[in-house]
This record gives sequence, C-alpha cells and structure tokens, in this order.
Amino acid sequence: MSSQHFGYFPGCSGLGTSLEYERSTRAVCGALGVALTEVPDWNCCGSSPVAHTADHALSSALASRIFAQAESVGIADIITPCPSCLKNLHNALRRMEDPLFRARVEALTQRPLRRAHTTKSVLQVLVEDVGCSRIRDAVRRPLKGLRVAPYYGCLLTRPGDSMKFDNPENPVSLDRLLESLGAEVLPFPLKVECCGAAFGVPARDVVPRLSGKLLDLAAELDADAVVVACPLCQMNLDLRQDQINAANGTRHSIPVPYFTQLMAYAFGLGDEAEGFAKLAVSMAPAFARMEGRAAAIERQEREAAAREAKKAGSAAEKKSAKAASAPAGGGL
Amino acid sequence: MRIGVFICHCGSNIAGTVDCASVAEQAAAFPDVVFSTDTLYACSEPGQDAIIEAIKEHRLTGVVVASCTPRMHEPTFRRAVERAGLNRYLFEMANIREHVSWIGKDMQANTNKSAELVRMAVAKLRLNTELKPKFFPVTKRVLVIGGGVAGIQAALDAADAGLEVVMVEREPSIGGKMAKLDKTFPTVDCSSCILGPRMVDVAQHPNITLHAASEVEAVSGYVGNFEVTIRKKSTCVDWSKCTGCGLCTEKCPAKKSYDRFNEGMGHTSAIVIPFPQAIPKKAGIEKEHCRLFRTGKCGVCAKICPTGAVDYAMRDQIVSVKVGGIVAATGYDLMDWTVYEEYGGGRYPDVITSLQYERLLSASGPTGGHVKRPSDGREPQSVVFIQCVGSRDCSVDRPYCSGFCCMYTAKQAILTKDHLPDSQSYVFYMDIRSPGKGYDEFTRRVQEEYRARYIRGRVSLVYPKGDKLMVRGADTLMGTQVEVEADLVVLAVGGEAARGAPHLAEKLRISYDAYGFFMEGHPKLKPVETNTAGVFLAGSCQGLKDIPSSVAQGSAAAAKVIGLLSRDMLESDPQIAQVNAGRCIGCGKCISVCPFKAIQETEARGLPKVEVIETVCQGCGVCNATCPQGAIQLSHFTDNQILAEVEALCRF
Amino acid sequence: METIGLHEADEDFIREVEERSGQALSRCYQCGNCTAGCPMSFTYDYPVSRLMRFIQAGRKDLVLSARTIWMCASCETCSERCPNKIDVAGVVEACRHMACRAGKDGVYAVKTFWDAFVLSVNQHGRAHEAGLLAMYMFRTGRFWTDVDLAPKMLPKGKIAILPHRIQGRREVAEIFRRFREGAADEEAVRSRLAAERRDDVVAAYSGEGCP
Repeated sequence: MSSQHFGYFPGCSGLGTSLEYERSTRAVCGALGVALTEVPDWNCCGSSPVAHTADHALSSALASRIFAQAESVGIADIITPCPSCLKNLHNALRRMEDPLFRARVEALTQRPLRRAHTTKSVLQVLVEDVGCSRIRDAVRRPLKGLRVAPYYGCLLTRPGDSMKFDNPENPVSLDRLLESLGAEVLPFPLKVECCGAAFGVPARDVVPRLSGKLLDLAAELDADAVVVACPLCQMNLDLRQDQINAANGTRHSIPVPYFTQLMAYAFGLGDEAEGFAKLAVSMAPAFARMEGRAAAIERQEREAAAREAKKAGSAAEKKSAKAASAPAGGGL
Repeated sequence: MRIGVFICHCGSNIAGTVDCASVAEQAAAFPDVVFSTDTLYACSEPGQDAIIEAIKEHRLTGVVVASCTPRMHEPTFRRAVERAGLNRYLFEMANIREHVSWIGKDMQANTNKSAELVRMAVAKLRLNTELKPKFFPVTKRVLVIGGGVAGIQAALDAADAGLEVVMVEREPSIGGKMAKLDKTFPTVDCSSCILGPRMVDVAQHPNITLHAASEVEAVSGYVGNFEVTIRKKSTCVDWSKCTGCGLCTEKCPAKKSYDRFNEGMGHTSAIVIPFPQAIPKKAGIEKEHCRLFRTGKCGVCAKICPTGAVDYAMRDQIVSVKVGGIVAATGYDLMDWTVYEEYGGGRYPDVITSLQYERLLSASGPTGGHVKRPSDGREPQSVVFIQCVGSRDCSVDRPYCSGFCCMYTAKQAILTKDHLPDSQSYVFYMDIRSPGKGYDEFTRRVQEEYRARYIRGRVSLVYPKGDKLMVRGADTLMGTQVEVEADLVVLAVGGEAARGAPHLAEKLRISYDAYGFFMEGHPKLKPVETNTAGVFLAGSCQGLKDIPSSVAQGSAAAAKVIGLLSRDMLESDPQIAQVNAGRCIGCGKCISVCPFKAIQETEARGLPKVEVIETVCQGCGVCNATCPQGAIQLSHFTDNQILAEVEALCRF
Repeated sequence: METIGLHEADEDFIREVEERSGQALSRCYQCGNCTAGCPMSFTYDYPVSRLMRFIQAGRKDLVLSARTIWMCASCETCSERCPNKIDVAGVVEACRHMACRAGKDGVYAVKTFWDAFVLSVNQHGRAHEAGLLAMYMFRTGRFWTDVDLAPKMLPKGKIAILPHRIQGRREVAEIFRRFREGAADEEAVRSRLAAERRDDVVAAYSGEGCP
C-alpha cells in the first residue's frame, strides 16, 4: 500500500480537450504508487470565466462544493493536473481564511466545510512528494536524445507568494523531472510567458501572436517538442498550431505533449496511457530524431569510454614500471 | 531646595496642544518650587538668559525645564545653569514635546500629562546632588575602518593634523569601490588618476599605519581609550619580504581564478596582486583557487619568489592597538541582483552589473578598456541600461533610492559612445535624480550630445534571442510597451550596507538601521557622529552617497576626531555606578552582568567587596538593578530618585 | 484631448476599487513595469499602467468602459513583477467585477464567451466545451469560429458531443440562484451574522481581497 494518497480533481477539460493529460496522469500516478481517489460527482471548479466576470464568492462557492464532496469520502487534500483549476481551488481556500468571505460562500453552498483542506498540482506532487529519484528509478525507456523545451505557462507558479511552489519567474521543477526521464532539457527563457489563455475563441489575433512567439523560440532552439503542464497551453500550442502558422506565415510542426505523456512513455505504460494519438501534431518524427541522436550519443560514449580505458591502462603500466624501478622505501 | 520651573512653548510645537501657562501655574504649587513660568523658546538665547536671570534673582538651587527630548538640549540647559553658578546635575528635563504634544491632540489630557511629568521631574530634582566629572588622559591615535575614498580622506586629514592613524582594510588593497571605477561624474575624469595619489599618500604618510587584508576582531574600552584587536588575515606571503615584483603571478599555473577586483569580468592567477596601483602592492594567495591548497601539488610561487616571501603555513596574526577615536568607513556592496529572475538571474553572460561594466571600460581592466561582450568578445552596438535594479523596489526589500545610479549610468552612456562611436545606448529610468553641482546638466548632455535614448519606464523581462538579448519594457510617457534588441544589458544595481556591517556595528556598540546602514547621531545636526562617544562615520556606511559626499564626510569625521583628540584630558561622565561598601556583600552578581567589565573584586577588612572602574563604567544601570542588597547605585539615577518619580506619579 | 478636472476625482470609486481588490492604489508610482510585461497589452485601449493612473485619478466611467479590463488574461505577470507588490491583476479584476455589476457591455465577444461558459456550468454542473462553443457561435453569429479545429478533435474523441451532467447539478444551479438573489451580498451576510451575534466574524472582516 502506498502512503501517498490524494483526492483527485480531473477538471472539465479532462473529459474532452485534455483527455490524454487526464489518462496519462492517472497511469503515471498509478505506476509511482500515488493513490488517487476521484472527488465524487465533482463540478466545475469555478475557474476563470466565473471568477473573471461574476464574483469571488460565486467562484469560491463552486470550489467549496468540490471540497465538500471530497469530505464526503473522507478526503482533505486535492490534487489536480490543470493549473487553471488549481488556481481557483487555491484562491478559494486562501480567501475563505477570511471569516466574512467564508460566510458569504457558505450562504451560497449551504454546506460549510468541516476540515482544513489543501490543494496542489500533480506536477508539484510528482516533484516534491514522489521526487525525481523515484521517477528516475521507474524509467524503462529513457528519453535519451529528445530535445525538449519545458513550458510551464503563466498560472502554475503564480502568485509566487501564496502558491509557494518553485520559483515564479524561473521554475525548474519540470526541467528536473524531464531530466530524470533522460531528456535533454533546453533552457527555455519564455517558460512562464502567457500563451493567450482562453482568448483563442473570442479574439483570434491573440493566440497566434503569443503562442506563436513560443513556437518561434522552440524552433530556434531546435526543440523536438514543447512539453506542457496546462490544458489551455496545450490547446493553444498544439491544436491551434495550424491557425498560428497561417496567421504568422510560419511552418512549425512541433509536437506539444503533456509531461505526463512523456512519463508514461518512459515508464513503458502503453499506448493507451501515453495517448500520443490524441495530439494534433504527431510525436512520431520527434521520437525518430530522438532515436537517431540516442544512437549517436551512445556511439560517442562508447568511443570515449574506450579512449579512457586505453589511457588508464597505459598510465597504470607506466606507474607499475616506475614502481618497479624505484628503490624500496623510495618516494618523497 | 529652591526650584525654578520653565515650561517651553517650542513655538506652537508644544503650545499648540498643551496649555503651557496652566502647567506653569500648577507647577508653582509643587514642593520646593519657588518660581514657575512659561517661555516661548527655552533653548533660544533670551530663553537661556531668562533661566540664568531667574536663578540669580530667586536664588534658585535647582532648575526644571519642560520642553523637548533631552537628547538634543539637555547639554544646552546644563551649560546654562552652569553659567549661573549651579552644578549642571541640579537640573532636570521633562519631555513634553515628543512624549506629549506631538502624539496627542487632546489639550486637556496633554496639559494634565505635562503637569504630571513636571511633577516627576521636580520630585527627582529634590534628591539630586552635585556631581563632579573626573578627568582622564586620551590616546592621540585614531582607528579608521575601511580604506575606500571616505576612509582615505579621513585618515589623511587626521594624519595631517598630527594624529597617529591606524587604517584597517578588509581587502588586500585600499581604494574601495572608487578604485574599480573607470571615470567619475560629472567631470569624466579618470578615477584612478585622482584616487591613486591619495592611496600612495596613505602608504607613505609617516603618521599612518596600514593593515590591509585585515579585519577588526574586537573593540573594548571607551572614548579616548579604545582597545582594538585586529586580525591580519594570512595571505601566505610575508609582506615584509614581498617587493610586489609580480613574478609569482606570472608563473602561477592557476590562471583561471575568479578575478575579484575585476568583478569576475576576467580571470587572474591564484596568487595575485589585485591591480597595478594596489596599495600595498603585495601579492597574496587566494586559497580557494590555489593548486597547492586544492590538490596538494604545486608550490611554483614559492620556488620562483626571489625574496622567499611565500609561506604556505602562514597563519592569521592578531594585533592590538590603543586608540582615542574610531572612524567607521566601511562603504557599501552591491545588492544581490540575481533575485531578478526576469533579468536572467545571472544566467545570461551579457547581462552585467554597472560595476562590471566599469571594469570593461577601464584601461586597466581585463579587456584593456575595449568594450567587449563577455559571451563572445564582440563589440556591442546596442547597449541597454536598466536603472533602479534593487533600488526603490519593495518586492526585493530595497525601498530606498541608491542615489548615485542615475549619475553613473549617464556617465557610462557617455563613455559607451566615446569607446564605440557607432553604438546606441538606451536608458530605462523611473526618475532622473541629479541634484548636485553640474549633475543635471550632465544628464542633459548625455541625451543631447551623446544621443542616448532615455526611456521613462521599468523593464519587465530580458531574454536571449539568438545572440541578442530582447529587452521588454515600457515607455510610460508614450504610454506603450516597448521592446529593444540589445547586445549588452547593464544593470544599475543598487547598493546596500557592506557585507558584515551589522556585525561590526555590534562590536563598535553603534546602532544600524533595518538595512544595515550605521545610524548617525542626528540626521541633520550630527551627521558623522554616532550615539557612542568617540565613534564617527564617513561615507556610504551611513547611507549610500557618491564620491564628493563621501569625501566631504571623510573630512567631517576627521574634523570631529581631531577636535576630540585635541584635548589632553577628557571629562568622564559622573553618572556612573557607585558602591556602598557597607552594604556590599561581595556576591559578585554585578560583575557577571556588567556588559563593560567595569566592576572588579576587591577586599575591605578581609571581606570580599566590589569596586567600579570609573573610566570604564558607561552608566547603564544593569548592576544597580541586579544588586540584591541595593548596594550599588547609579549616580543621578539612584533607587531613591526613581522611586520619588514613581511616587510623584502615583499619588492616588 | 480633454482637460481633466483633478478635483472631480470620484473618491468613492477609488475607495471601492481599493476595498474590492484589497490593494492600496497610492502605492503605485507609475514605473510602468506592469505595462512592460503585459502580454495582452497590444489588445488594450489603455495600457495597464495608465489604467492604474486613471483609477488613482478617480476616472470611474473611463475605467469601467475600458477594453483593457476585458482583454486582461489574468496571467499575473504584472502582479508578480510589481516593485510595490501591488496585485495589479487583482485590481483589474475588481474593475471588471464592478463593470459587470454596473451592466457594462464590455468587449462583446469576450463577455459572450465567458457568459456561455458560466451558463454551461450553471446548467450541467460542469463546463461542456462543445456546447458552450455552440452557444457562443449562436450568440455572436461567428459560425466559423474554430470550425477548422473540428476535424482535428472529433476523430480523436477530444470533443464530448453531449454534456456530462453531474448528479449534483441542481445543487450547483442552486448556488447560482442564491448568488443571483443576492445571498452572498456583503451587506446581507454581514447583517445576518450580526443578527446571529457572530460579531467575531463581522469584526474580523478585512475586505474581499487578500486577507
């Protein structure tokens, strides 16, 4: 039995546009012994649009019902793969520390919370609770030779003061995680820049401009893939990549997998868990390049090892010859 | 006792919220009070004259003035009563300004509280006795801590006035930050050309003893007679033998060592003479880079040294010195700008600090004065300067303005154009702060003549794009976001108190502010004094300042020390502890609590007793509060005097 | 350009923004860092630092009618980098809430999209992506919106045609109903608490923003 057990909130997009994130998350957590109990009959977290337009009390009330549902099966700590959901759950808990605000929320839900709750991202749990060494141990197929650009998006670590996860300007947790899978992690200076968020629908010029910049940089760095942790980022960069290309006159074809998909691949959890077929831009060419590079790296390593051995051998020979010629009790 | 009471209006400062006439009227009825009046400004000449008149006319034997804090004017009034023939300790002050009028608006309550405070002062005064100071000889030698331009100025002025000066510098050479600068604003004259000769003067002055690569270990004693311990750190080179020939630095194989003097802009050897004009010009080994210390194999410098000065087994040396006064001139350091992850947090080689840029501009720097990018050695065409990095920024806990960045950035933009005529400089600023002689004209010149583009706004992000850096900022005057491609980004990193400043302050028993800057005695009237007698401040250790201000303060601190040590004898403060030998049981508790080691054991008729070393006692009163017998009493603050005040207050 | 009467500043508006956001607007010294880092700036009528200035100047109508408050993506770059630690995104959000309450139209497409999202949650308990997109297209008449994406998503099963209706959808709808009826209004809750003698809660009130 695992000591790591969390309530799990998949988020609405997990049932549709980010199906592959949802599935790979479950598979990876299972493989690492992180037990997930889905919050029963969960509702929308009250994410961005509700929080944007209505009122914090309403969005927090929706979040509060999720915590109440978790309580009904004895769970206090909830993790979610979606940074947008995370932010709203997190903000709701933070705001409800204020008694009057809490009373306003309870006036809407009519279900006061009985327990102290916490919420974290799946990424945070994997990096902090599970740890990169356990992840490294679970790797069956290292991503050796895969050049990846880690893209965190803007929501995951902000606001830094209250999220208390990683560095808000230069997060490295995803970098470390991908390194432990064996991938070559590129320095990606725009790792927390906004991709255009939900403006893909109502304002068509936003995503080509913001996400376009990210794809341009990834291409400039010769990345095989941009690795993401957010359904909104993934949708903008992957699904809308053709729209971006059309608007900007670019010809990018950069796959945008979730980090959990790459973990599932490295752990060898099978096609269903990996879910690469769900991506709009295929991962296949990236993997092909990876294998080519891996072969080259191995060749170099073999040659280097051989040189090293030869050098060590001759040095040892010299040494023994010297020792033999030196008078007994010699030295300095 | 015949007591006179004077209630000061302090213009409207006190009279605005205290009925001074009423307080004076109430005070007239207090015990022993024979004269009571209110006065517009007690501290003014007519105010003081009136006190003296009253003493004579009413034959007063004690005076109470109710006015401001005693910190400023107690000495003033003590002198006044002394002029009228009274002992200066037959005077008491009630603070009805800081403690009453400035903090409350209720006239009635304020008037009542003022009367209570005067009642307390009168009660205490009735038990006051005449106290006479003693005199003790002073040591006519001054310690200057820090060999930057402020310390150098203080040392030279004091030495020229005939005082012996001991200078302690943490680094292997004096010169401080100014020695690292290429040019100085607003004249654009060569920094080392004007500083260099003064550094040589320090080395050659017969009255100055220099301890470089040294730190103050401990300070004891008191004004006029401080006892200072100095740790001379091992440099592994016997400086009495080293001639500064530099052979060792040429032959040292560890050529890739971090170059501290050049702010890491170049590399140097592990045995190093910091820079050509170094004072003293002596070599020293940086152990963390030395092959012998790292791997146990090398020893080249010892072999090559013509005078046999290298000594790997050299240890730190401790030196003790007696001084009469101390000048702290420990300067500043740059704040750790790498907290700005949005500017790369130190990951991008072509994002550098202004001080690093000085080294690139300097002819004695690692590039010989050719401006080259650290990453690829190319000459930059587009140079972006970002102001207020670590200044005026609450998010990194540096809310203050560093004061000199606007000016040195303007200078650096001018120098950039001088070095690279085809280059273009961009300066992102929030406000241009240039209130000095010729300063604002200078910041106009950089824009008008040298065509630097000044953009009013902060920079939010710097990131590499190809071999360039994208700088994304705002132009708030246009009201837009702006971007500029840069080859080199220079951050005007703000200053902070020098590393370890609070630690030194504690040794010197002076106060420091929340940011580690040393506190002056009074922000306007005692800018170089501290609240510890005999300890003075010069330069940026008191608050960031530019070269002219640092030099001015160096001279000011020297003047203060010269004044102090011009006397052969100093008066001791008679407000010190005294032992009633009859009551003392010799338990020694006072000895263990005394922070100044001013109490020692003695014997009287075969019984153990204690006695106070009068010149060492600072009058803190800890012994008084500790003594189980009430045998040790602080003069002027005896138990009886304090209790009289309490009783005056708690009459009901 | 018009001359702005500085004495006409709407002090109540300034106070309300401060209360709702929990931010002290006088801390802003107009360095422009928020504008410098804002990824959405190119879609605004006023860059965010000017919006902050307008709020400081009490220009209520101008602020609540600004396109800026609708186009903000809430990425919080401004808040993260503000040298005065102002939650600028929170201030913009407070203005948007006030604009909604004041019945401002906002940027039509954005508001319609968000309204469709909220309605979807109201009806089903969860957001139904296909459904809310359809509603958005219907309301805005933008029938071509993202039709190019359908062939990429449908065969992969990434679009759920039918909404996932949760069992507790009536409970969720109740939350919305109570909200519309003002159950969470500050004054209502405060007076109810007072009636219940929950003075501790009323006294501890520290504004809607960050406590």
